[in-house]
Amino acid sequence: MTDTQLNFDVIVVGAGPAGLSAAIELKRLGTGSVLVVEREKQAGGIPRHCLHSPYGMREWNRLMFGPAYARRLTQDALDAGVDIRCETTVTALKPNGVIDISSDAGQQTLTGRAVLLAMGARETSRSARLVGGTKPKGVMNTATLQNFAAFCDHMPFKRPVVVGTELVSFSALMTCRSHGVRPVAMLEKNGRITARAPFALAPKAMGVPLHLETQIAQIHGKRQVEAVTIIDPSGSHTLQCDGVIFTGGFRPENALLRSSGFEIDSGSLGPKIDQYGRLSDTGYYCAGNILRGIETAGWCWNEGRKVAQCIAAGLQGDLPPRTPVNVSAQASASEHAIKFTLPQAISPSDPKAPVAFDKLQLRLSDAYTGDVVIGTSTHRVSSKPERRILLPLPQSPVSQKALP
Amino acid sequence: MSKVYDVAIIGAGVIGCAIARRLTLDGARVIVLEKAPDILDGASKANSAILHTGFDAPQGSLELACVQEGYKEYEALRGQMNLPLDRCGALVLAWTEDQEARLPILMEQAHANGVEDVAPLSRTETLALESALNSTVRASFRVPRESLIDPWSAPHAYLLQALLNGADLKRDCPVLAGQFDGRQWTLTTPRGDIQATYVINAAGLYGDKVDLILLGQSSFNIRPRKGQFVVFDKMAARLTQHILLPVPTETTKGIVVCRTIWGNLLVGPTAEEQEDRETAGLDQDTLEMLRAKGAEILPELASEEVTSLYAGLRPACEHKEYQIKTHPDTNMVTVGAIRSTGLSSALGTAAHVGRLLEGLGHQAQPIKIPDLPQMGMLAEHETRDWQRAGNQGILCHCEKVTYREAMAVLNDPLAPKSFAGFKRRTRASMGRCQGFYCGQAVQSLLDEKGLEHD
Ligand SMILES: Cc1cc2nc3c(=O)[nH]c(=O)nc-3n(C[C@H](O)[C@H](O)[C@H](O)COP(=O)(O)OP(=O)(O)OC[C@H]3O[C@@H](n4cnc5c(N)ncnc54)[C@H](O)[C@@H]3O)c2cc1C
Ligand SMILES: Cc1cc2nc3c(=O)[nH]c(=O)nc-3n(C[C@H](O)[C@H](O)[C@H](O)COP(=O)(O)OP(=O)(O)OC[C@H]3O[C@@H](n4cnc5c(N)ncnc54)[C@H](O)[C@@H]3O)c2cc1C
Repeated sequence: MTDTQLNFDVIVVGAGPAGLSAAIELKRLGTGSVLVVEREKQAGGIPRHCLHSPYGMREWNRLMFGPAYARRLTQDALDAGVDIRCETTVTALKPNGVIDISSDAGQQTLTGRAVLLAMGARETSRSARLVGGTKPKGVMNTATLQNFAAFCDHMPFKRPVVVGTELVSFSALMTCRSHGVRPVAMLEKNGRITARAPFALAPKAMGVPLHLETQIAQIHGKRQVEAVTIIDPSGSHTLQCDGVIFTGGFRPENALLRSSGFEIDSGSLGPKIDQYGRLSDTGYYCAGNILRGIETAGWCWNEGRKVAQCIAAGLQGDLPPRTPVNVSAQASASEHAIKFTLPQAISPSDPKAPVAFDKLQLRLSDAYTGDVVIGTSTHRVSSKPERRILLPLPQSPVSQKALP
Repeated sequence: MSKVYDVAIIGAGVIGCAIARRLTLDGARVIVLEKAPDILDGASKANSAILHTGFDAPQGSLELACVQEGYKEYEALRGQMNLPLDRCGALVLAWTEDQEARLPILMEQAHANGVEDVAPLSRTETLALESALNSTVRASFRVPRESLIDPWSAPHAYLLQALLNGADLKRDCPVLAGQFDGRQWTLTTPRGDIQATYVINAAGLYGDKVDLILLGQSSFNIRPRKGQFVVFDKMAARLTQHILLPVPTETTKGIVVCRTIWGNLLVGPTAEEQEDRETAGLDQDTLEMLRAKGAEILPELASEEVTSLYAGLRPACEHKEYQIKTHPDTNMVTVGAIRSTGLSSALGTAAHVGRLLEGLGHQAQPIKIPDLPQMGMLAEHETRDWQRAGNQGILCHCEKVTYREAMAVLNDPLAPKSFAGFKRRTRASMGRCQGFYCGQAVQSLLDEKGLEHD
């Protein structure tokens, strides 16, 4: 390919696990030209800077660290004949697979017969959490911390506080401990950690006190962080530290979708898709963390692959039309327990067509035990918030085309 | 060897920067002394970035005159230096009967202030202009020329033009003491003595303190007044075209909702008196209040993401009026307590100070064809560097800051001396992700360039 090529069978936005696995699968299925557009200097997405495992189990049955995993996926894509353009940012999505990009060459327009959006997710910043105090250096998310560990010869602090207890929070702990940084505490506002129970042992094993029912109220310091004020049931306290890592609270990197006029699910903050991964403009598909905040790399990788199969079918004209019926989900005993379902809508089915989302992904915002009514069927659910719950996909509506 | 300057300006806030430009162009040999590692580190670091018409300024005040002269000059020179202006206009909104009753009075004041183009709007007309507005609004009036500017590129441009035309700048250089020997001043700083015929005190939040150390007395006492803001992501900017102003009260202009020149949307500021002149702390409850207030005015704001938080300190004092004073016996001018309109008035205030200095006997030949700096254009409604060829790729994705923009700033005569200074000049890592993606890349770039960072 030359950089002057402007038309492709498929354009993938984002070279993370979802985008790269989709591109590889598309080539395997014989798709002509597949371009992956990535705004960073290197392909690989988030795993590029995750200097820890587990990565690669689902993909290759191997336990890998993030960077090796990112390199392998990238190499596999190149070997499969995928074109990857790094340092290229997609700036607008237009009808019928027309996208605007920006690179050193300035602005250009590319066209894909289909476009897969795999822009990933990011953590919630200190600002979006409205945490008070001053704005010294040393306040960041886990990914930024990991970027320092992976690409920089110094760490931004020595004794930070870690806020949050999601899976990624433990990545933050691991990254700290393997880079000579000793967190002074891990804070969780609820009475138990968000990640699965065994992880509660990890901070102690790493010599980091875990404070439950504790919130961060203020950050202090002029240049560098000097302390934080925390609030627990016994009152407010000052904790000396030189940094704050705000972990998790993942949200889809959805600005491009929104500014391009795609409808956003107020629960997942991602786009609304049908079981083939299609958006409201049928040239566009979606996979990976852009759909819902956070899943593991393996899950996103698999999703990319499955959506790629739908894209390939779509290019052959083998997907049913997108005439979706919205999925209705109700938790009988609690109005606000349901955060989102994926997909949000069901299009007609077709025995010839592959289905990317063959289960309904349900996520709760609060712990809930009780019935959940999906369309016309009722399911018993008992789960903590933010866990992946898989339910049978509701029945497809009858295709208009299929009617005599 | 020590050089004798015509004028030493103490403080590189927007006021000091504008004065440096004016006096340099008028022919004076100028030095600017700033105590912070970088310029714009005091009151000028955080404001609402509105270029005011003066429609609501006190009638007949010096403030009004400076704001209006400043507005005109900004309009005249912005094209020459590539400075943005978004002439979006403001709506003064009445939500209660009492407020509605005050609209005609405020419009009369606008007329008296020479702002003739204000126009009353009914509820329906208001909602026709701003459809996302809470429909309980009762009435408003429109001030067409209230505008948005870049609060940092403007003062940078002023000082940069001064530097290009011969002025000197010393950062990290607090003035600690000074002696006037009847002919000239000797100012004591940790970086050596500075000699100058005239001294201008433009020390903002320390205006009274600098008067005290140089004159032994001050006719005003600074009482910092904090203003906190929440900033929403660019998608929220669709919700309003205008600057949405409340009917002001005795003590404050009130909480404003407006876009920023960079295409975000801000809600603020508060008005909170405090003793501390250095720290503008953020308070979670106040931030929640601002968030809620924003959603009250623009209901759709409730589901928008907060991008950033900031707070600034106004150099307020016990008097309402600017404290601009000449001290003829000591060749000094104090430009103090430029409380809440300094960004708008800076060029006008500078012109006024230029005339005061002439009154003190200062004479010089204006520079015939001054050099003009070209500023990077960061305004969302203008063509940005990322849209042009040769931009070297994007460093900060949320604000679409290019490497070329970053390098231009780092190689400029007014290169930043701190991370914060770099962010003010480029907006890198000030967007929705707050550094999630680019934080380390930005830091490494600055490390590489050898910036001593904060
Ligand atoms: C700190 C951290 C630790 C983690 N640890 C683990 C772990 O140990 N094991 C595990 O399985 N998972 C882990 N995860 C999760 C895993 O990394 C993600 O699930 C996975 O990377 C998601 O893949 P993705 O392709 O959806 O998105 P991403 O990996 O986020 O990739 C998205 C890509 O899109 C690009 N992009 C975005 N917008 C544009 C645009 N407009 N134009 C061009 N390109 C764009 C981005 O630059 C990025 O490269 C971790 C995540 C984090 C943040
Ligand atoms: C919340 C808020 C909102 C505002 N909104 C607007 C608006 O929308 N429009 C508008 O026009 N105006 C607005 N303003 C007002 C405007 O920001 C101020 O009027 C202006 O910044 C004052 O600038 P200054 O140069 O006088 O002071 P400063 O910016 O404080 O500059 C003084 C400088 O002097 C330095 N200094 C102090 N002591 C010494 C010393 N001893 N030696 C050397 N240097 C010293 C300081 O470090 C500082 O850099 C707002 C202000 C705030 C706080």
